[in-house]
Amino acid sequence: MQSTLFHRAAVGLTSLMISGMAVASDWTERSDLNLRPGVTESSQEVYDLHTTILWIVTIIGLLVFGLILISMIRHRRSKNPTPSTFHENVFLEVLWTVVPFVILIAMAVPATRVLIELDDTSKAELTVKVTGHRWKWEYTYLTYEDDNNIGVSYMSNLATPIEQINNPVLEGGLFPYGTAKDAVGSDFPEKDKNYNLNADNPLVLPSGQKVRFLITSSDVIHSFWIPDFGGKKDAIPGFVNETWTIVPEGKEGTYYGQCAELCGKNHAFMPIEAKVVSQDEFKTWLAAKKEEAAAAPDLTPFADLDEAMELGEQIYAGTCAVCHGNNGQGGVGVAFAGSDFATNEEHLDEHIDVLINGRAAMPAFGAQLSPREIAAVVTYERNAWGNDTGDLIQPQDVQDHE
Amino acid sequence: MSTAAHDDHHHHAPKGLKRWLFSTNHKDIGTLYLWFSFAMFMTGGLLAMVIRTELLEPGMQFVDPEFFNQMTTVHGLAMVFGAVMPGFVGLANWMIPLMIGAPDMALPRMNNWSFWILPFAFLILLSSVFMSAFGAGHPAAPNFGWTFYAPLSTEYGPPSTDLFILSVHMMGISSIMGAINVIVTVFNLRAPGMTLMKMPLFVWTWLITAFLLIAVMPVLAGAVTMMLTDRHFGTSFFSAAGGGDPVLFQHIFWFFGHPEVYIMILPAFGIISAIIPTFARKPLFGYASMVYATASIALLSFVVWAHHMFTVGMPLAGTLFFMYMTMLISVPTGVKVFNWVATMWRGSMTFELPMKWAIAFVILFTCGGLSGLMLAITPVDFQYHDTYFVVAHFHYVLVSGAVFSMFAAAYYWLPKWSGVMPNKLLGELHFWSSLISVNLLFFPMHFVGLAGMPRRYADYALQFADYNFWISIGGFWFGLSQLLFLAVCILCAMKKGEKAPARSWESAEGLEWEVPSPAPFHTYDTPPVVK
Amino acid sequence: MSEQNLHQRNQRTLRKLLIWAVAMFGFAFAMVPFYDVICDITGLNGKTSTTASTEGPSRVVEDRTVTVEFITQRGEGVNGDFTAATRRVKVHPGEITLVNFFVSNPKSSDIITQSIPSVSPGEAARYLHKTQCFCFDQQSLAAGERKKMPMIFYLDPELPRHINTLTLSYTIFDVTDRVAATNN
Repeated sequence: MQSTLFHRAAVGLTSLMISGMAVASDWTERSDLNLRPGVTESSQEVYDLHTTILWIVTIIGLLVFGLILISMIRHRRSKNPTPSTFHENVFLEVLWTVVPFVILIAMAVPATRVLIELDDTSKAELTVKVTGHRWKWEYTYLTYEDDNNIGVSYMSNLATPIEQINNPVLEGGLFPYGTAKDAVGSDFPEKDKNYNLNADNPLVLPSGQKVRFLITSSDVIHSFWIPDFGGKKDAIPGFVNETWTIVPEGKEGTYYGQCAELCGKNHAFMPIEAKVVSQDEFKTWLAAKKEEAAAAPDLTPFADLDEAMELGEQIYAGTCAVCHGNNGQGGVGVAFAGSDFATNEEHLDEHIDVLINGRAAMPAFGAQLSPREIAAVVTYERNAWGNDTGDLIQPQDVQDHE
Repeated sequence: MSTAAHDDHHHHAPKGLKRWLFSTNHKDIGTLYLWFSFAMFMTGGLLAMVIRTELLEPGMQFVDPEFFNQMTTVHGLAMVFGAVMPGFVGLANWMIPLMIGAPDMALPRMNNWSFWILPFAFLILLSSVFMSAFGAGHPAAPNFGWTFYAPLSTEYGPPSTDLFILSVHMMGISSIMGAINVIVTVFNLRAPGMTLMKMPLFVWTWLITAFLLIAVMPVLAGAVTMMLTDRHFGTSFFSAAGGGDPVLFQHIFWFFGHPEVYIMILPAFGIISAIIPTFARKPLFGYASMVYATASIALLSFVVWAHHMFTVGMPLAGTLFFMYMTMLISVPTGVKVFNWVATMWRGSMTFELPMKWAIAFVILFTCGGLSGLMLAITPVDFQYHDTYFVVAHFHYVLVSGAVFSMFAAAYYWLPKWSGVMPNKLLGELHFWSSLISVNLLFFPMHFVGLAGMPRRYADYALQFADYNFWISIGGFWFGLSQLLFLAVCILCAMKKGEKAPARSWESAEGLEWEVPSPAPFHTYDTPPVVK
Repeated sequence: MSEQNLHQRNQRTLRKLLIWAVAMFGFAFAMVPFYDVICDITGLNGKTSTTASTEGPSRVVEDRTVTVEFITQRGEGVNGDFTAATRRVKVHPGEITLVNFFVSNPKSSDIITQSIPSVSPGEAARYLHKTQCFCFDQQSLAAGERKKMPMIFYLDPELPRHINTLTLSYTIFDVTDRVAATNN
């Protein structure tokens, strides 16, 4: 599939274009300029259909352009001083109405067949509900084989550190740059190979079993897309959409995807990372997850402020910094650095409450973060960036919070 | 043809600002539209330059992702509603009366209104961009894409969304008035003997476009009105919480949006059908089939809208219907392309500037049409949808399609408008520079799209880096090339250049070439007789 | 043709076209109920009927079993629990089944909620009949209240053969502000 003429021509063109480029990607397992055949049967079928159609349109295109070129060479004034005067020909006109029509039918037949196959979501072994949030994905495992009470659910955030993303070159001036402002520095960290594609908690799927995705959203429209699985489906608030995939055995590995429907500021920063593992490995993983979910929350108190700060900093960078700024300077969300809210004793209860229950645009994190994690974040926000309140919030405080 | 002699009986063109503010003359209003369109083209282009600067390399270097979204949104709106549509209305104003032998547009005062609403509509829209740019991102300009899908634009829209709604209403009213004027003029003011089937194709395509405009601009107005009431008056057309449906918004929007696509390309077909016969020195092949093809494209455009939303999860039968209908559109479009090729065939061609642009149009528009055919195939569209492949497709159709056709039209009719031939050297430079850069800009977008880069991304994964770099270079180059066109226009406006004869191109046919160049302020006070 | 005549003709054409434009504006709004009708017929968006079905099933198809799954989803701003007592049931088409849903309000103020149903595959929506559902009305929840909400349904005996799993999703929204806005 990789060696079609088009592909080779395009590769040639690419190397031509890349020569002289300082930064070149070495992502060899990913096709650079053609549709990717993917790993599932249906993505392969989509790829084959794409190749067929691409050939058809390329041939039509070359035919038309060839005719224009011949005409431009042979029927220029210097070669053909007296123009012909014909201006209609019923045969020709009927011909070029009927022939494209026949070609279209030839294209429609395989397209319809593939479409009908893609539509069949029945008899799935695993059902995962995928919920789009601004700007992260939530995976809820609903049923697996005969187990319909799994109760495993978690959020999946972008794992790429924010220092790799924010590389501002402007300071002040015409353009707003929000959170980037304070990160101006001389050396930016090098970007990871899977920059902007890694997620902190990947979606884990078993190979060789049919997985059905129920897709929905909690706010705006998102679109769930893993190119290697062969297509995308929109996540629409209030409605569920279905799609499915089977990654064949032997194709275990990590596959990436991205949100494909504009959903606001961080639309480009909510990747999908799917880890496909063998069925045995999946069962072990699921059992561990179930145990974790069932276990009582870890309420071990922090030994000292530093321990809470260390955990808090990690969580803040991964979850909060997107909206509240790298250095607590605010952005979409409120500013913490030096704010009354994060330094005044009176607001401590409220601070914990907003994290657990959310408020206005601020989402609720009660279900997503453990009491220990919430305590750490609140502690961090009240002590970092010169806030230095000395408040140390313990997991039990969060647990006791109404 | 006693037009010039009649001129003396009339008052002369008023001078200064008043001439333009209160103008009811189709030529002056046409000129205003054309300059406005070019100004918006440059403004939209400037916004695109911000986008391309940010995408030069992976990582966020210049702007905030939030500001980036505002740029993509306003770039789209300025180009669609500010550059392409008014550009064609300007051409219609100038050329339709001249082509059908009418003294002016039928409703000249309404004509003045429909133009002067536009600058204010855009002032309102762009004011939010200025506030955003100089207020470090706050308050935000519209940031939900030019397609403004609910609920991103309703419950989650910034306060400036209301300015956007007002501005879209004004643009809509302007377009509807412009379209009404075209229809009334074509129906009632044709010179004796100018039967419908004798009209130049540009008039035909514009007539059909005008009907499309009247049919769908009110639907757009309806959509933004529903947005407004959803935002402020407690209705829930598009909110699931109140029993509405966000997908309904997409249906209404694309019911407008797909005919809108043809509104932006049908007049281009008319222009190309005027230019190719002139420089091939041979009558247009298949005039009647061109008219029928245009009409059938227009009709089909009302039953294909859902191909923009294959991924929202429609039932199989609906998906199949929209896929087949969409594929069907390529038949009449193909007829047009083949007719142009047949017009060139065994002609006696020369390649003056308008012809160069026209041939570039035919080839590049066909590229866009063919990728459109690929997008119609639903199962594959599940992969293509909302990637740069789509971006490549519609820029091929709109930039190297609609915009190139307007350049062709400008070079073709500038002698008639200004009385001097456009500067050849600058024109050649403009053409070749645009032709190369436009392909450098948009062709690699096919590659990054197929490789999986979603559109409207402020930042991307590393494997897309190489192409994005070259796309940006192509973008800057194409943007700068347009300054050459500005120079050409200014030279013509200053009457610097070779003086143009009435029939500026030796084998040009049509009534517009019967009047002197530049066309006098008043033409065809006594209708010409068409045999 | 005299100038007067031409003027009249222009005005006539203008009027006709204006009426058309206004009609098309109305058409945009007409698309809303029209869309609902289309959805009812084709199951375009998987919406189920918003009123209780008054007729019972005509018969029970004993030899056919269909799996009905329930999923619950909290819209933005809702942070209480919202769960179905059963994740999935196996039913015969025509069999009347009761499923309980639970919702809680951890907030310190009363809220009004509205649940929105959605069925996947959408095609199945018109074959799902509900004789009682909490989604037909808004539900008010006092501060700290936990509520049991029953839903009684049956599947149409005519359910197409190829559908053997049906997912019914409810998304719960906090509509307190919305209701307040409408009342004012």
